[in-house]
Amino acid sequence: MATRWEGICEKVRAGQRLDREEGLYCFEHPDLLELGALAREVKRARTGREVYFNVNRHLNLTNVCVSRCKFCAFGKDPGDAGAYVMSVEEAVRLAREALPLNITELHVVSGLHPELPFEYYLEVVGALRREFPGIHIQAFTAVEIQYFSDISGLPVREVLLRLKDAGLGSLPGGGAEILKDELRVTTCPRKATSAQWLEVHRTAHQLGLRTNCTMLYGHIESRADRIDHMLALRELQDETGGFQAFIPLPFHPENTAMSHLRRTSAVEDLRTLAVSRLVLDNIDHIKAFWIMLGIPVAQVSLEFGVDDLDGTVVEERITHAAGATTEVGIAKEELLRLIREAGWVPVERDTVYRVVQRFDPEG
Amino acid sequence: MNALLAEVAAGRRMSEEELARLYREADLLELGQAANRVRERLHPGRPVTFIIDRNINYTNICSCRCRFCAFYREEGADDAYVLSERELHTKIEEALALGATQVMIQGGLHPALDITWFEAMFRGIKQRYPVTVHSLTAPEVAHIARLSGLTTRQALERLAAAGLDSLPGGGAEILHDEVRGRVSPAKLASQEWLRVMEEAHSLGLPTTATMVLGLGEGLEHRIAHLRAIRALQDRSGGFRAFIMWTYQPGNNELRGAPVSSAQYLRMLALARLYLDNVPHVQGSWVTQGPQVGQLSLWFGADDLGSIMIEENVVRAAGVAYRMSLEEMVGLIRAAGKVPAQRDTAYRLLRVFTED
Repeated sequence: MATRWEGICEKVRAGQRLDREEGLYCFEHPDLLELGALAREVKRARTGREVYFNVNRHLNLTNVCVSRCKFCAFGKDPGDAGAYVMSVEEAVRLAREALPLNITELHVVSGLHPELPFEYYLEVVGALRREFPGIHIQAFTAVEIQYFSDISGLPVREVLLRLKDAGLGSLPGGGAEILKDELRVTTCPRKATSAQWLEVHRTAHQLGLRTNCTMLYGHIESRADRIDHMLALRELQDETGGFQAFIPLPFHPENTAMSHLRRTSAVEDLRTLAVSRLVLDNIDHIKAFWIMLGIPVAQVSLEFGVDDLDGTVVEERITHAAGATTEVGIAKEELLRLIREAGWVPVERDTVYRVVQRFDPEG
Repeated sequence: MNALLAEVAAGRRMSEEELARLYREADLLELGQAANRVRERLHPGRPVTFIIDRNINYTNICSCRCRFCAFYREEGADDAYVLSERELHTKIEEALALGATQVMIQGGLHPALDITWFEAMFRGIKQRYPVTVHSLTAPEVAHIARLSGLTTRQALERLAAAGLDSLPGGGAEILHDEVRGRVSPAKLASQEWLRVMEEAHSLGLPTTATMVLGLGEGLEHRIAHLRAIRALQDRSGGFRAFIMWTYQPGNNELRGAPVSSAQYLRMLALARLYLDNVPHVQGSWVTQGPQVGQLSLWFGADDLGSIMIEENVVRAAGVAYRMSLEEMVGLIRAAGKVPAQRDTAYRLLRVFTED
């Protein structure tokens, strides 16, 4: 009789969908390397030897935030030491400084500011679009979009339409945390609910805006919660097909209200990435966010189903506020070396996964 | 799994040509699986071990001045030091209070400290404390012998009589003189390192063996290193463990790029497969970080070394990974393994069963 694991392998190889129980079993499967090898088979069938990355500039417009989620070390109250808001001009200036690095994306994610009006965000997007017409603007998590709707009184659809008209190209996948309201009540009670988060993405997809999706794990959720989170994303993806990549994010407890928790281990990170590759059969890419995973684990994750190493991020503030000791940016050459050394072919992509440059695997 | 890997995992000895081929061609996960199989064959059901010890550096004054080192100082420098007996004893007492069973006393090649200084130190420790003295690397032994007009064998005999229990395997770096000539020209040559180890083994002093990746060496140098270790082990059987470190490119002359995690795990698994006669393989969380240290347990390592109550040399290169007993136990458990504290001879002292 076939073992449970063999049954899962057969289903995956036959292109059949894993159910909730099978997803949970993958988390528990004792042989970590077997799990990785199966996830890698799926990755290879989809994207061969290619490993993607992009070159982007992160802009965090403000760290003032009314949400003050327990897992965040970035948010500040107005008037706190270190609280800041960028002017439109400043955002443009910072973006311009990154131009020599040949960025193809501006990645804009910020706090939920209590006073800035929706027009400010429209102005930022509009200014970035005018100044840098060739650069894709990926901006505003579903949580921010929902907040813009709340503060402007406009429906989510209208908020997205106006931003799209101003130049918005796609939405990042942040703010999903764990899509389970029982947990959100404890960890992030003042931001978009699970249903709202999903509805923003559904609407964005309907308007032709591609998005990504994330999962913040390693705090108070169970492995079953992680599987349910993936299943909720899979269901929406069946409906819209608008998600490009899934990005699991390990929780960094330092300097947060949950600093008593311990950072997840490398083995748990790799398991989570591999399980997501196996469960999310309708999402094209699994991205290892090296800023949170650390470069060593991100490199090894390429053997565990990951096909994307995110961007060469010029400046990142949010994770580093939570004590991340990873570099604040990584040079393109370094990223190329890590990918090649692990035996993969580096491909620079743009935000919507069009090839910018396919690099020689030998360097 | 590839046929060659399956054979080697089942116990057939690997040639150097096969090592080179697997290095170039084998899949990382398959290497890990084969290394796991070897580990399970050698140590069926055995927990993953670690030791509680303190690394005490008696001096940072060193005439060797290796280009990869950020720890050494010139005599007379503001922060140059030699520990007093009182300081040494205080450190040992603190370590014992934290559950340490071993002290690893190592230092620079000091121009004036001869064998009588070390004999007095070891006797002083053994008279007072129930602790294993796992101390002095081969370069130190050779230096002390020269300074004292002794052969290395005579020096080892006297040090053992004074209380030295075993030797750490440091100072091996890469056992190929082309590499040593470039990175540590004043340190003893490959053959001398091997000779001191063999003499120690013949006197009943077990040792470990180390290797440092990332010193600009090529595959042929790594192979030469592993070949020398395996050949000596065939003769002496005195190596308890093989420990693979990576060079830390910070605060030193050599600079360069750090060895990546994929590269480290690949070489570690290959070392487990090639060194069929060395019982234990240690993963280095100190140089690779706790994350990769944990992953090493899936690539052939069965031990994570020490929780390092004090470590100065790697820290001087700008790396400061710290680990408490609780963290070590948690790390091993999160890898899906059972943790156990061991002594210097790799006997299990305390198994941490699920609480």
